[in-house]
Amino acid sequence: MAEKLIGQDITPPDLHAKITGRAKYSEDFKADGMVFAKLLSSPMPHCRVTRIDASAALALEGVHGMLTADEVPQSATGEQCLTNHPHYEGEAILAIAADTETIAADAIELVEIEFEPLPFALDPLDSLRPGSPDARVEGNTRIGRNFASFKWTQEDFDNAPEGSMPMPDDVVDAEGELVEGGQRWTQGWEVGDIEAGLAEADLILDETIVHQSVSHHPLEPRSSMSYWENGRLFMHTSTQSLVQTRNGVARGLGLDIEDVVLIGEYCGGGFGSKISGSPIQLVPALFSRKINRPVMLRITRAEENYLGRARPGMQARVRIGFRSDGRITGLDFAALGDGGPFGGGDQGSSASTASLTYTPLNMRFRGVGVFTNTPPKAAQRGPGGAQIIGMLEPLMDKAARQLGVDRLALRRLNAPDPDVQYGPRGSRLSSVFVKEAIDLGRERFNWEERIARSGQMNGSKRTGIGVGVSPYTAGSSGFDGLLVIRPEDGIVEIHQGCGNLGTNSIPDTARAAADVLGVEWDQVEVVFGDTSRHLPWSSIQAGSQTTHAHTRANHAVGLDAKQKLQEIAARDLGGRPEDYETSDGRVYRSSNPSQGMTLARAATRAVELGGRYSGEEFADNLNNMTKASVTALAGRGLVAAARDTFGSQGGLQSWVVGFAEVALDVETGKVDLVHFTATTDCGVVVHPRGLGGQVLGGAIQGMGIAMSQKWVFDPVWGVTFAKRLYTARPPGMLDIPLDMQWEAVGLADPGTPVGAKGIGEPCVGAGSAALTSAISDAMEGVCLCRTPLTPDVLLAEIEGREPAYGPLDLHV
Amino acid sequence: MSEVEIIGTPERTVTRRKFIMGVIATGAATSSASYLFKGPQPLLGALMAQGSVERLITLNVNGQQRRVDVMSQETLAFTLRYKLGLTGTKLGCDRAECGACTVLINGVNSYSCSVLTHSVRTSDIVTIEGLEAEDGTLHPVQQAVWDEGGFQCAFCAPGFIMSMVSMIEENPNPTRAECAQALSGNLCRCADYDKILTSAMRAAEYSRQQA
Repeated sequence: MAEKLIGQDITPPDLHAKITGRAKYSEDFKADGMVFAKLLSSPMPHCRVTRIDASAALALEGVHGMLTADEVPQSATGEQCLTNHPHYEGEAILAIAADTETIAADAIELVEIEFEPLPFALDPLDSLRPGSPDARVEGNTRIGRNFASFKWTQEDFDNAPEGSMPMPDDVVDAEGELVEGGQRWTQGWEVGDIEAGLAEADLILDETIVHQSVSHHPLEPRSSMSYWENGRLFMHTSTQSLVQTRNGVARGLGLDIEDVVLIGEYCGGGFGSKISGSPIQLVPALFSRKINRPVMLRITRAEENYLGRARPGMQARVRIGFRSDGRITGLDFAALGDGGPFGGGDQGSSASTASLTYTPLNMRFRGVGVFTNTPPKAAQRGPGGAQIIGMLEPLMDKAARQLGVDRLALRRLNAPDPDVQYGPRGSRLSSVFVKEAIDLGRERFNWEERIARSGQMNGSKRTGIGVGVSPYTAGSSGFDGLLVIRPEDGIVEIHQGCGNLGTNSIPDTARAAADVLGVEWDQVEVVFGDTSRHLPWSSIQAGSQTTHAHTRANHAVGLDAKQKLQEIAARDLGGRPEDYETSDGRVYRSSNPSQGMTLARAATRAVELGGRYSGEEFADNLNNMTKASVTALAGRGLVAAARDTFGSQGGLQSWVVGFAEVALDVETGKVDLVHFTATTDCGVVVHPRGLGGQVLGGAIQGMGIAMSQKWVFDPVWGVTFAKRLYTARPPGMLDIPLDMQWEAVGLADPGTPVGAKGIGEPCVGAGSAALTSAISDAMEGVCLCRTPLTPDVLLAEIEGREPAYGPLDLHV
Repeated sequence: MSEVEIIGTPERTVTRRKFIMGVIATGAATSSASYLFKGPQPLLGALMAQGSVERLITLNVNGQQRRVDVMSQETLAFTLRYKLGLTGTKLGCDRAECGACTVLINGVNSYSCSVLTHSVRTSDIVTIEGLEAEDGTLHPVQQAVWDEGGFQCAFCAPGFIMSMVSMIEENPNPTRAECAQALSGNLCRCADYDKILTSAMRAAEYSRQQA
């Protein structure tokens, strides 16, 4: 019997192409007659284009044409791939194609273009001040589905304590009904009674928190190349997902999905910014159709900085009530989210993540998502969760210090048990092993020994110890599995429709099907990366969904294939199907293993038998896309296809608990990261080494949030200063601890056959929070309650200087 | 910033150029479109392609003499990727910030996005495609990465691997901290640094065994 593949370290097969330079990412492709497009982008944060004269540009030798905003799918209120009404600096206005990128860039310079500047807003709170500009002509937020210009009164601002964020209450009449103009928040919920909860508390913290917005900056920009053949679009694009992106492209262009071939074998990172593609990828598709040539649009890093999305920033106020033992009796969270020009911010998921992390006995959330003329916002690993955990964990420390309880014990006391009900709707979960993760981390990090070093000086450096407990969603279900056993060699071809952005989900989740069949890994080939290769309906490659969703779908298709193998063996060799077992490339009688046949032989028989054995017939509950793929594969071998109908025992959340030791140089404000330990509850471990990469890599991304990445804008012109990697630097090798370790609790989720939950999301909050907590510890308990904690920010506080920014400023 | 000054210049219409000049005057830098093959600022209308003459030169790439037409302002990354078809060299930032374009020039790891092709006419250039042996045997550094399962999205991998080759040439017996120092000019946004460092240590070990 072959050893189970789930749980082993297996180098993902696509790594060979990646380390030899053979792996082709979207901008590595070339097609006959291909031309290059360049973008003309908005130089200002909000404007209307009033005149375009491209005659000189189009007359330039080598230029093939121009694509303007009038020629792309229109959206009155949403985001277009090209626009004459830019809502942020760097938004694409038009594109020009030429023989070379250099000529295209020259042609862009020759375009005469004029703008009418429009009022702009950069900071959510400023946009709520009476008389302040809105980011959109329609308003600065949405109430329900409608745009609104939403302002607080001067009195609301004046009533807030100096340096605190206003937290005005809705103005209601005697019956409790909102009076005209009395609304102060556009979202919210309350569980229990917040005022009663706070009244019960022995300690109340009332803090203003400011979290910056953070660019995704995947190392591969969102480049794309497209051409058309006989009315079908062929698109090479950098995207996290595959079949789901194909749907997005088809919808965006009004095409039948059958008329879109999407090739995305490799994606150079996304982190939430390329989930189902992005608007700009439509430009080469439309341009190519217009000029009847393949068009490559290579996005530069500078363009990616604007077009490439960012995690929403947040300005918030929290009031947290603690009982003397550290139990949280009330958590009152009010937040303004930076929605960018088109979105609504992350504050809603911040609220539910806080509810799950600390299970406060009473909680209230109030929020407003505010439009700003800053680059568009999108989900980024642990959206909302990473922000709130990074901000609240140092406050847990503050309370623990004041109450005289152990900082880790306070977190454990407030952490959820498996029967937790959290959030506004009392959501339940399939499994919760966070306390096990905290206990494991206490041991592995040597908490007692390290915490004893907290505050010790070594030369000019003071030691800080921190911890961050971070949950996030970890899976979806209901997708399809599809595999073919080939007659010629008995290889099990496992088809996968999710994307390949480096998480190893494609090969790793395929193991679930192989394990059901008991085949060795070298008997498996994984088919992915090109929608013309007959792929099943798969989840988006985002939200930590695939580990759960596709171990299930592949487990389901493994069972379907096994059933078919057993039936074929029983039919040819006698007995009942259940008398047969499969492993090591054979199906054989359990009582007499010598009686059986190879998978290759069984696949040959499947083709001869036809019907449901070879894909001519299939289950009706499959997605239409899977049905089309099965039909195309019919007759190629034993074809198995099945939908995940395993049911569920509740929602899915995984946890990462991060522990950090830092050394803060009190003379320079520089923070050295000495050590990091992460422990995780993500169910059964599918691929240990891959998991370690996710946990530590995600945590380091969180460290970038805590320490360095940011946006800074010129308040007069609204343009960005921090717009390149070196001015808003993500962590490099010298910024991270050399000494890092991780370990998984490894307890199976009972609601899913393989027991595995996703992991991509919660790592980021754990890394960010472990650092904000450790830095606050190294600051002798002072919580600045903002990120990033750059040396200048820390040094101003250490030296007691007036900071160079206002207490509520978002872009610092 | 408590009060935002609304842009309300007497002249309600501005050209892109005027806006850029205004921004430059305030001390901010901007480029409305960004141009890989130009300086950080477009020179307010100066065209680069026109009048630029390609010259036929010979480059020594991966042990082969390659004849190629090269513009005077052309970067090595551009020549490798778009003229010689060596797309294993990646462009991550276009501007010497990320290291994805790292190649070896006379054995030294260099950002090919920031090297003019004409300046390396007499040099030996090695790209990621030049590491494997002809029979497909992986270079010890590649083998080490394979064995350790290094990298996630791997867009940075070719650049990191070239830096590892150069590092081991100079320091065959590095510590983990020395590896981090030597590889600090390369950025991995998946931040798979732990596995990359482990791969680098193993790469040095394999290289010592082979030597």
